[in-house]
Amino acid sequence: MDVIWEFFRWLYDTQGINLTIFYDDLDRARFLKGIWTTIHLSIVAIVISLMIGVAGAWLQMSKMIWLRNIVQGYIQFFRNTPPLIQLYFFYFAVDATLSSVLGIKGGVLDGYGWAVVSLSFFAGAFNVEIFRAGVEAVPQSTVEAAEALGYNRLQVYRYVTLPLAFRVCLPALNNNLINLLKTTTVAYAIAVPETIYVANQIWSDEYNVLEMMNVVWVIYISLVGFLVWLMHKWEKSLKVPGFGQ
Amino acid sequence: MNLPAWTADQPLISIKDVHKSFGDLEVLKGISLDVMKGEVICIIGPSGSGKSTLIRCINALIDIQAGSITVEGQQVHDANLDKLELRQKVGMVFQQYNLFPHKTALENIMMAPVVVLKENQQEVETRARKLIKKVRLEGKEDSYPGELSGGQQQRVAIARSLAMRPDVMLFDEVTAALDPETVKEVLVTIKELAADGMTCILVTHEMGFAREIADHIYFTDRGVIVEHGPPATFFDDAKDPRTKEFLGQIL
Ligand SMILES: Nc1ncnc2c1ncn2[C@@H]1O[C@H](COP(=O)(O)OP(=O)(O)OP(=O)(O)O)[C@@H](O)[C@H]1O
Ligand SMILES: [Mg+2]
Repeated sequence: MDVIWEFFRWLYDTQGINLTIFYDDLDRARFLKGIWTTIHLSIVAIVISLMIGVAGAWLQMSKMIWLRNIVQGYIQFFRNTPPLIQLYFFYFAVDATLSSVLGIKGGVLDGYGWAVVSLSFFAGAFNVEIFRAGVEAVPQSTVEAAEALGYNRLQVYRYVTLPLAFRVCLPALNNNLINLLKTTTVAYAIAVPETIYVANQIWSDEYNVLEMMNVVWVIYISLVGFLVWLMHKWEKSLKVPGFGQ
Repeated sequence: MNLPAWTADQPLISIKDVHKSFGDLEVLKGISLDVMKGEVICIIGPSGSGKSTLIRCINALIDIQAGSITVEGQQVHDANLDKLELRQKVGMVFQQYNLFPHKTALENIMMAPVVVLKENQQEVETRARKLIKKVRLEGKEDSYPGELSGGQQQRVAIARSLAMRPDVMLFDEVTAALDPETVKEVLVTIKELAADGMTCILVTHEMGFAREIADHIYFTDRGVIVEHGPPATFFDDAKDPRTKEFLGQIL
């Protein structure tokens, strides 16, 4: 640890490159916390948005038109408005309304909570469309074979349609989840202490904008790179001889 | 309504005056036929005559507009029908095999009993391995459908249906998509099934096979049964000009 400390002090003293996050305990702690918040926020929002996608694609196959219309309305709303405005809407409007209706003082959820909700709905809307396209690519004859074996509609979806749809739509899903990870930066706007928010705190205190900007690039490239790697591993593990490709 | 219990001396499947239209197109125009337990019947006829439609009605994959179909006394097109119960009794094999491509041969066979009938995994596996043997696919348990030939896939599909322990099997042109060399291995499997006493309804273009295996042949054309009879009479002594013309083209 001391070697690192010495090195970055030396870098600052001799080269003027001030990376406080490596030698200042307070900065390091808050920066690591910021990265962790980004990771945490991304994971939770990815998981919830996938659940929304799976459920939404199921509801879109419903025989009830009004139900399909509700899902369609949800998709259009969240696809065609900016995620920052969605976040403001939840954090300010929805929170205030819910608090007064439920009589809760100090808000229903904190900034982090609303960021999770807002980002999940945002990415979930795309996931519904992505899964639906995958579901439509599954041959009707395969579904019919499952029905002939006595599978009910939910069982067909769970054991046949969805696993096959997943394999078809993974590239599109990949893109959307990367996009979600990048979009977590909007949480900055409601003071969720994620990476950009803490980087901003640090460069305001230390006057090292250029250094921190570069660090932030590296962080996001690494996070996205890791997600891409993970999705590729997943894609590989799902690969089945003679299907897709 | 409680029907008197079905007994084996009554038809296992009874089809009475069934009508089915797709929009304006009337595909079945009053079809009636009975199948007794252990019987093997073959349905032959020109393309588009409604053969697939008819056998899809039997396991309620499609509904009918008029008439009735009963399987072991149970009305198939009854709003209160327990579809699972029906489909457990009636196995179906398709022209395009329609295996689940993301599951191995063994998993394809095991899935329905485990998922649908909630049977014990180990018991089902034992049964599935026996079925693999029965359709002569030992060693292919862990192959994916994409790694199997058409004939092998079709035999997995037959085993998959048998795993539900059906009382009757429906075969819809199950050899039509196969190479001539692999047709035989599938026909052998079906023949063994029939010899074991399985009730079978086959739609087929394999006339030699139909003649050999069937107890009764039905010839359909444009939604009606034109002529039917035991193979000997049917093939050698057809009365109706349409039957004669069809057999003339095919044989
Ligand atoms: N789902 C459907 N919707 C509309 N028309 C259909 C549908 N299924 C079948 N048909 C029509 O019904 C007619 C009978 O079709 P069916 O598949 O039962 O014929 P088939 O005797 O099995 O023919 P083949 O020997 O070619 O398999 C055809 O004209 C077909 O186009
Ligand atoms: Mg057909």
